[in-house]
Order: sequence, then C-alpha cells, then structure tokens
Amino acid sequence: MKYTVGIDVGSTYTKAALLTEDGELAATGIRPTGFRLEEAAREAMDSALSAAGAQLDDVTYLASTGYGRNQVSFRDLQVTDLTAQAWGTRYFFPHTLTVLDVGGQTMKALRLDDHGKVRSFRLNDKCAAGTGAFLEKTARYLGYSIQEIGPLVEYARDPVPISGVCAVFAESEVINHVSNGAQPADIMHGAMESLIERSVRLMKRVQMEPEFTLVGGIMRFPTMVRVMREHLGDEVNVPDESLVQFTGALGAAVLARKRREMVAA
Amino acid sequence: MAYAAGVDVGSTQTKAVLVDEKGTIVGRALLPTGANVVQAAEHAYREALTAGDIYEEDIGFVVGTGYGRYRVEFGDTQITEIVCHARGAAHMFPATETVLDMGGQDTKAIRIRPGGDVVDFSMNDKCAAGTGRFLQSAAAALELDLAELGPTALRGVRPVTISTTCTVFAESEVLSWLARGKKIEDILLGVHRSIASRSITLLRRVGIEGQITFTGGVTKNDAMVQVLNDMLGTTLNVSEDSHYMGALGAALFALERIHKGRTSGAGKGVAAS
Repeated sequence: MKYTVGIDVGSTYTKAALLTEDGELAATGIRPTGFRLEEAAREAMDSALSAAGAQLDDVTYLASTGYGRNQVSFRDLQVTDLTAQAWGTRYFFPHTLTVLDVGGQTMKALRLDDHGKVRSFRLNDKCAAGTGAFLEKTARYLGYSIQEIGPLVEYARDPVPISGVCAVFAESEVINHVSNGAQPADIMHGAMESLIERSVRLMKRVQMEPEFTLVGGIMRFPTMVRVMREHLGDEVNVPDESLVQFTGALGAAVLARKRREMVAA
Repeated sequence: MAYAAGVDVGSTQTKAVLVDEKGTIVGRALLPTGANVVQAAEHAYREALTAGDIYEEDIGFVVGTGYGRYRVEFGDTQITEIVCHARGAAHMFPATETVLDMGGQDTKAIRIRPGGDVVDFSMNDKCAAGTGRFLQSAAAALELDLAELGPTALRGVRPVTISTTCTVFAESEVLSWLARGKKIEDILLGVHRSIASRSITLLRRVGIEGQITFTGGVTKNDAMVQVLNDMLGTTLNVSEDSHYMGALGAALFALERIHKGRTSGAGKGVAAS
C-alpha cells in the first residue's frame, strides 16, 4: 500500500496524517513540537506509519503545513495552515463555510467560499488570551493540569465571569474569585466562556456563515462545544474527538495526494 | 510624636512605609502579596512597625494604595497608586515631571506637575507585555533567579530581537533562541530591550518632560535601568527606595491628613500580635 502524508508542525504539537491512494484516512501520529521541529515532524510521521503498518518507502508524496512547515526538509510540498485547514475540515464536512481553529498559541477564523477556497481569515497569534494557552494558564492558577480541564468544567453550576483580556491578568482574577469562595469548576467555565466570546468575535470579522466547523485540541471538551453551539446555533460541526487536532495534517495529506496525481498524470 | 503609614498592595508584592512628621522614611517592609491579600497588607504593616521600632499607637493615619488597597482593612482611606507614585516621586526627586512605574503586572507612565499633581497617565490595562512579569517568564524559561537577570543581561553584547509581545509566549521564544544557540546574556539583553521599548511607548503617550523618576519593583534590576537610560538618552532618577515609592506617597498623604487634624483611632482593626 502507498500513502501520501501531511505533517502539521504547530506551535505546541506536531501532527501527521496518512492517506491511502483511494484518499482514505489510514492513520495519525502526534508529538509535542518542542524546539527540534524536524525531529518532531519525523517522529509524528513514524508514529503514523507504524500505526498503519507501513514503511517510509511507502510514502509517495509529503506535504508540510503549520508554523514550522519550512523546517521539514524531507517535504515535497508545503502549504499554509489556512489552505490545509480548509481542505482538512471539508474532508469531514463538505459544506463548511466557516472554520474556527483554536490552537495552543493561535486562534484562527477562516471563511471559505462554496468551493472550499479561503476567502478571508483573521488571526490571533500575538496574545495568549483567546488561545489554548489561556485555558491552560487559568487551569494552572487553579492547580489543575490541562488534561483535567474537560472533566472539571462538567461540574460547573454557577460560572463566574473572567474578563479574558490577558492570560496573565487572569491570575489575579482567579485568585480573587478563589478567595471569595468560588468553585474551580465555575471559574474554569468562566474562562472558557470568555475564550468563546473572543472566538465568536473573530468569526464575525470574517463574516461567518454556517456550516461552522470547529477544530483544535480544546474542542475535545464537550462543554466547549456545547457553549459554542449556544452562540452559533445548530449548524456546528466538530470532528471526532480523536481527529479534532488533525484537520491541518489531513488537509496537507489531501493536497499532497492531489499534487501526486498531477505529477503522475 | 505622630507617624503616618502607607500600605501599597501590588499584584505581586505588598509594601508598607512609615514616615515621621517631616516625611522621612522611618520603617519599611516588603512581602509577596500571595493569595491572602488582607493578611499580606497586615503583615507588611506589622513588619514595618517592627523594622522602625514604632508603636502602632503612634500611627496617626493609614492610607492604602495599589490594586488591593480596599483590602487594607485597617486603612483609614484609599488613594490610587498613580497619585501615590506621583507624590512619592515628587517628594524624593523634586524636579520630577515624568514617572515610570514598572511593577509585577503593570507599567504606568505618569506626567506630573512639580509637587506631584498628576496631569496625565497611560498604562497597560489590557495586556501584561512590558511589565515585570515578562522578566519573570524569561527567568522561569532559563531557570534563573529573578535577581540574576540584571547582572546576566549586563554581560550581553549582541541582543537578540524578541518578537513576542505576549508574556505567556515569551517563555517559548526565549527557549527557541536558546535552541538556536544564542547566549543567555544576549537573549536576556533582548528581553530587557523589548520591555524598555514598550514602556517608552507609554512614556511618549503622556509626553516626556523634566526629570524622569523610575519607580516600582523593576527598579531593582540594574540592567533595566541601564537599558532605559541608553534608549532614552538620559539618566533616570532611581533610589534605594524606588521600590517603595507608592507606599511612600500613600504615607505622605496620610501625613497630610494628620497635619489637617483628621487623625483616626490609632491602629484600629489590627489585632495585636
């Protein structure tokens, strides 16, 4: 079996996706990015290859994407994260017109046209408020790890407002709420709401239209998706929990496969 | 003999200052604010009393300032830190017309009239970039003590350019420079320059006039003082007590109240320890 590969070198995690010659998603792999980007890319790919029982020789074409895409020296092709996300989200949800991608250090809103081309986009990559790092910091101030955020917010009863302008300032707010007796679950839920308000603002700036597709690691939290639906209505798609971080890598693999077909023809 | 007290509850540290009738500092104390703000204020006040060997009964008036000023439960009144820093700076350096206060989570530029009245101010109310916290992030990333930052940065020769503005992302940028083989001192010099340039933007917003007095916790960092001096082409007023400027200003306001005859019941609300 031959495969095309997409590797998404993100600020926090590096993800790889393998597509069969028929365009079926065969396997994925993920590694923390760290500071050796090429190594992370290779390891994420190796992990996906071994999950599919494949060898390096089985790879016919490889596309890299994400902020570290230029560091992947063994790539055949590189594409911007925006294009990769457009193709990756429409792989699962072909009617997607607006994409929200919340990463560890970035937040992106994309508006696609009917053919899946990126019409406009807005980016927040200069400020941790509005990114996964904001939730991670808030959790840390409360003494919880990022893995515990999902289960924790399920217990929220009476969310407290967190202003969400700055991930550093959130610390004093959290301390104030804790000393006033607020529950960690309610504080965390408040932080999540403020992140969601920011993301909806970003989506409005690209003239959002349904269907909406939400991707990125924090979309694994059911509360996150539920509150997003409260803001956006029912036409909200979220990929399966196990694939929600892989749409960028998948989109790159789709583009690698298209390019491979062009080259072969 | 009556004394006056100022307690400055900052986001990171709580400072207490006692002054005599002439406005001379006779006792001071500094503690981390931590989670229990009320207790931090009380402890700092107590420590300042002990340090100055002054009886609580002799304190005529207490002014609370800083973001936690309403948590100074024994305070007779509260005054914003902007006004207090201005007052403290004008007292210590009478030719001051511009104040730069760099604290743990906020940086303020304040324009004052000689004597200390505030004309205008500008601060980072939406973002922690350009504050002491940025230095803390860098120190954490490099596993250095906060006190080692300045001396290390002063050895820097070819500062890197820090592109991150967000304090949260600073940590990863510092580590990525390290991974690219840059020297710690050059990275740190870059960090100091990045913070300095943001605070200079704030200063320009209020207009730089007369002498500039540097206040707040970051005044303890010699590299920051030098980088600011270089970038501004002037010499900032800094004293050993620059750190206490907000508390000093508060104490001076308290003294004014005593002189006006509006004394409080001494030490109310503070349990004897």
